[in-house]
Amino acid sequence: MTTNSLPPDPNNLWQPSRGLNKWVERAVIWLFGLFAIISVATTVGIVLSLLFETIEFFQVVSLWNFLTDRQWTPLFSNPQYGILVLLSATFLTSLIALLVAVPLGLLSAIYLSEYASPKLRKWLKPALEILAGVPTVVYGYFALLLVTPFLQLFIPQLGGFNALSAGIVMGIAITPLIASLSEDAIYAVPSALRDGSYALGLTKRETIFGVVLPAALSGIVASIILAVSRAVGETMIVALAAGLNPRLGLNPFVPVMTMTAYIVQVSLGDTPAGSIAFQSIFAVGMTLFLLTLIFNIISFWFVRKFRETYE
Amino acid sequence: MTTNSVSQVATEAALRAKNVNVYYGSSLAVRDVSLDIFKHEITAFIGPSGCGKSTLLRCFNRTNDLITGARVEGKVMFQGTDLYAKDIDPVYVRRRIGMVFQKPNPFTKSIYENIAFAARINGYKGDMDELVENSLRRAALWDEVKDKLKQSGLSLSGGQQQRLCIARTIAIEPEVILMDEPCSALDPISTLQIEELMKELESRYTIVIVTHNMQQASRISDKTAFFNAEAVGAGNKVGYLVEYGDTEQVFNEPIEQATQDYVSGRFG
Amino acid sequence: MTPLSSQATPLDTGWDIEQKEVLNALGRRQGIDRWFSWLALLAVVFSLFVLVVLLVDVLIDGVPVLNWNFFTSFPSRRPAEAGIISALVGTIWVMVLVALFTFPIGVGAGIFLEEFVPDSWLARAIEINISNLAGVPSIIYGLLGLQVFVRILFPITQGRSVLSGALTLALLVLPIVIIATRESLRSIPSSLRQAGFALGATRWQVVRSHVFPLALPGILTGVILALSRAIGETAPLITIGALTYIPFLPDLSLRGLQSPFTVLPIQIYNWVSRPQADFHALAAGAIIVLMVILLLMNATAIYLRNRFQK
Repeated sequence: MTTNSLPPDPNNLWQPSRGLNKWVERAVIWLFGLFAIISVATTVGIVLSLLFETIEFFQVVSLWNFLTDRQWTPLFSNPQYGILVLLSATFLTSLIALLVAVPLGLLSAIYLSEYASPKLRKWLKPALEILAGVPTVVYGYFALLLVTPFLQLFIPQLGGFNALSAGIVMGIAITPLIASLSEDAIYAVPSALRDGSYALGLTKRETIFGVVLPAALSGIVASIILAVSRAVGETMIVALAAGLNPRLGLNPFVPVMTMTAYIVQVSLGDTPAGSIAFQSIFAVGMTLFLLTLIFNIISFWFVRKFRETYE
Repeated sequence: MTTNSVSQVATEAALRAKNVNVYYGSSLAVRDVSLDIFKHEITAFIGPSGCGKSTLLRCFNRTNDLITGARVEGKVMFQGTDLYAKDIDPVYVRRRIGMVFQKPNPFTKSIYENIAFAARINGYKGDMDELVENSLRRAALWDEVKDKLKQSGLSLSGGQQQRLCIARTIAIEPEVILMDEPCSALDPISTLQIEELMKELESRYTIVIVTHNMQQASRISDKTAFFNAEAVGAGNKVGYLVEYGDTEQVFNEPIEQATQDYVSGRFG
Repeated sequence: MTPLSSQATPLDTGWDIEQKEVLNALGRRQGIDRWFSWLALLAVVFSLFVLVVLLVDVLIDGVPVLNWNFFTSFPSRRPAEAGIISALVGTIWVMVLVALFTFPIGVGAGIFLEEFVPDSWLARAIEINISNLAGVPSIIYGLLGLQVFVRILFPITQGRSVLSGALTLALLVLPIVIIATRESLRSIPSSLRQAGFALGATRWQVVRSHVFPLALPGILTGVILALSRAIGETAPLITIGALTYIPFLPDLSLRGLQSPFTVLPIQIYNWVSRPQADFHALAAGAIIVLMVILLLMNATAIYLRNRFQK
């Protein structure tokens, strides 16, 4: 006697394999769930793989020395690991990049969202996307073989490797990032605010500067911070064009070595695992990771603040 | 001034529309409107939605210019000068003819800056604190915000925000204030406050208000213009002026049957 | 400009209603406006000009080396004999492998998050995690690959192999595929799912036969964009130790997966970093090849997007 109140199908034509279906359903959930966990596992993997070697590294080199030494000489018999040296180069190239990318990116964003006709906008946006899609090694080629010789025409003391052209080209490379994210923020400012400003007898530019940009400010700041994070982690342009000379200071005309360039240099060499030089790239990587993480979190916070204003 | 003779003739008319047609792209939105707006009066535009009253309002300070594809035919005169003449800068028109919008749109700035910002750019030379205080007082907002001038304009309630928008408009002393359904997003108490405010402002400004609310029009306005819309083609509506006169006359003894039907609530 | 005639008395003493001065000031303000709009246009034009200069420069330097030998030769110390065959084949290997890894995993994860556990804490946590991953510099992924794929999983990958490289890049671009999948699924109206449930189908049956086919073009667009990101990456592969001088092609077998490899960006990096101008020309030639591949992929993605957007 069955508890099912429906009468049985006399012809037995309908035999859905409910058991099988259920089993497939469960398998799919587990498998796809596992796939979803992979992205979390990636984060954990990054932290752990950086952490283990970094801990080993700091058993040999003290954290104090790492943070305060003014030399970066891992290959000397008496090696010194002063991260400030690499940080200063990263800071310098990123600063130059931002000096290029912030005005270019912001002005482009303003042009695209406030001045360009919809038709022109439809053409310009994909063009900027192409600029964003150019591989960084190609930008490195450009910096080393075109921009540096060009700048040397005006700055004779400019080295063949230097922070200046690497920074400028990196700025070009991250301009589309700032342009596209800032444009989103500017575009999201309600047009009622613009109308309000025009109705007070203000011109278009006065409206943009006085009303639109302040309203989009947190979104714009978020895009700039994200660009900082990108510049700090950028590798190929600086590895090719900025040089491999660890040097503390902010002279843009001489070769310097950024954190990323150091990791590339050691990776290209034949450094045995377990050696202090090998561990040092993880310590540098950890510094880089923490730095970009901080920027990303700040940027995230600004984006949320921007959304809160309008949603 | 070359236009003196004209403005002498129309001394009482602050704004004059003559055979105005407004197009959005290729479709006609407002057809052949002619009317005079008189100084120091409140003129109400009423009518069912889609009748072009807001569109016409936006012609008076050239905010239609900001909408791509909008085009105005005919003449719109401000104290005898054609507002759409080639050598007239729309920015200057808007500086003289202010506007308050349907939804309060305070800037994302402090209450103080919401008012001082445009005044400063427009070249105000006097004491800014005084201007801010006077404007807020005239907008009947001062007592509510005097202790928090540094707070964001967005922190105010809807009715307060709208009064802030009125305050920033009167701060730059326009001669005409256009109001596009200024109370439609507000509660009854805020609406009442704004209506009282408009009555106060009437002595110094010429006010044109678009409203859906017939009671509001009859309460506050001196003149009323009734617009209606008729369907043309698929889904397109074109608005036109049906009747224009003293508010009392339009509401109590309308000439046109359509006006009669509308004010007595038979459609709309 | 014609002044607008004023009402007789200015109302506030602070206002300077002297027409001429106001209009002069406005003229100056409009002048700044014009100047600024030109400046903004200039910024856009400059960015695009740089793009054009870059392309023209690469074309001028690179086109002369593009001949049959360039495509069929292995790298060499003598520039005249050097070619990109191993790098090109390596790039294709990596591309295929990355596609094989990211398509099922990324799409599966996207389906799981969007169809099975939408609006749950798990979906939100993974979403935050993914947006964080997107900000991690690619070279850090290289360090991850070096530890996990090259060293820990050595028995499977045989170290610095094409398999390790592809796995590293797959992790790097996985978020792109997951996000594209979720957005694509989200655009499918839920009435379609309810129709499927009403016919007695399980959730997986509904997704597989009704939702997924409609979302596929959007998903494929995301996969292609992810692949084009992957084949342009250099830094993570240098970190895991992709070699440059590869005088052989990997076997089309499991052993091939475990062989050392190089890819176009690494070959470009190597040639650019040499002092001789002849090698720079080779680099330019390889850049042309890489950019053409990227352009074709992007064109495909745009075609897919436009074609199926209806």
